[in-house]
Amino acid sequence: MPVRHGLLALLGEGPSHGYQLKVDFEARTGGSWTLNIGQVYTTLARLERDGLVIEVDDPEPDPDRRTVAVTDEGRKVAEEWFATPVEVGTPPRDELTIKVLLALAAPDLDLAEVLQQQRRVTLESLQELTRRKRALDPDTDLAALLQIDAEVLRIEAQARWLDQVEQRLAVGRRPATS
Amino acid sequence: MNTTRTTTIRPGLATRAPGTEHERGDAMTAVLDIHELHRTFGSGHTAVTALDEVTLSVARGELVAIMGPSGCGKSTLLTLAGGLDEPTRGRVLVEGHDLAEQRADARAELRRRTIGYVFQELNLLPGLTAAENVSLPLELDRMRLREARRAAHAVLEEVGLTEHADRFPEDLSGGEQQRVAIARALVGDRRLLLADEPTGALDSVAGEGVLRLLRRACDERGAACVLVTHDAAQAAWADRIVFLRDGRVVDHAGAATVSLGGGR
Repeated sequence: MPVRHGLLALLGEGPSHGYQLKVDFEARTGGSWTLNIGQVYTTLARLERDGLVIEVDDPEPDPDRRTVAVTDEGRKVAEEWFATPVEVGTPPRDELTIKVLLALAAPDLDLAEVLQQQRRVTLESLQELTRRKRALDPDTDLAALLQIDAEVLRIEAQARWLDQVEQRLAVGRRPATS
Repeated sequence: MNTTRTTTIRPGLATRAPGTEHERGDAMTAVLDIHELHRTFGSGHTAVTALDEVTLSVARGELVAIMGPSGCGKSTLLTLAGGLDEPTRGRVLVEGHDLAEQRADARAELRRRTIGYVFQELNLLPGLTAAENVSLPLELDRMRLREARRAAHAVLEEVGLTEHADRFPEDLSGGEQQRVAIARALVGDRRLLLADEPTGALDSVAGEGVLRLLRRACDERGAACVLVTHDAAQAAWADRIVFLRDGRVVDHAGAATVSLGGGR
């Protein structure tokens, strides 16, 4: 569960409280993941129950918030998380792949046009991401930039796969649309 | 942060019907106008049609990407747009001048003063410094040396290479060399940039730097740029993407009517 490990990792940098953790988590992940404040408190409660975080005195006490710190055990869990590569796993069933595979043998269907329509939409998504990227400053918006890079690469893979389908079938010899 | 869900529909781009090109910008501001361009190589039954009735208009400040697989005619299109080859049929107008109607010397001058080329092979002269490479086109155009060097330094500053002005190409990284090549293409206020796979030899971050520069040349200098690429992530830097297949325009992208939604 990345939220649990994400909060432990942030607490590794120093004690904090629920709302601040939510703000930091979102800022540090480039705004790619919005946390529900209720989810943050529930997660913190579980971490506290498991002895991974502990309530500490706040230098500026505020009755509305509880400041927590990571325990040695919690620090160990965060370290293990960083040290363990994320499983690449099997991708979820992808509608595009399925659609193209079925289109291969579908009667009365212009496969080249199916591929080109998808390519257009894919490229327009990439254009939208690139517009967002253009507005970012590589020095100050690193997290957001890296997050967009990841998304660009994911969508780019789709565009390249469409090209590859076309190359394998050599349907590119015929115009895709009239 | 990126939770914007606004939908942008730019005028003239909502439809992809042929003939909407001019609606984007005033036809008067088109830097490059290509009309029903046709190029056949060879003759008789061995004739190969590289370009077939291609019409395209690129306005001031616009970056247009031409995308397609190898052999689709995209490099032929760029060569014809730059007056480096002559079409079998059809017309190419650069800032309103029909290339075919120009005398050879006038066409050469138009090419030198208006059009900048950026290729994958950088073609920098190894015996000249970055600044000398950049000022060379101006010197060939008989501009005074001092003036040419001043212009070269100004454009090198624009591409972030002021400190490397006196270095030779071999002392620069691939990305820096390509920035010199772009500076050379821009120098002398050329208004039409023709780029053929300009990031081919670069890693993706350096390649993105090159695309940012092309983008800035359009946004800030008002240059018109045609970028030929087979790479989707690069084409995405363009305002419009034209898809070529077997010498024909088969589709356009760039309407940007769909937002990704963000906040995933």
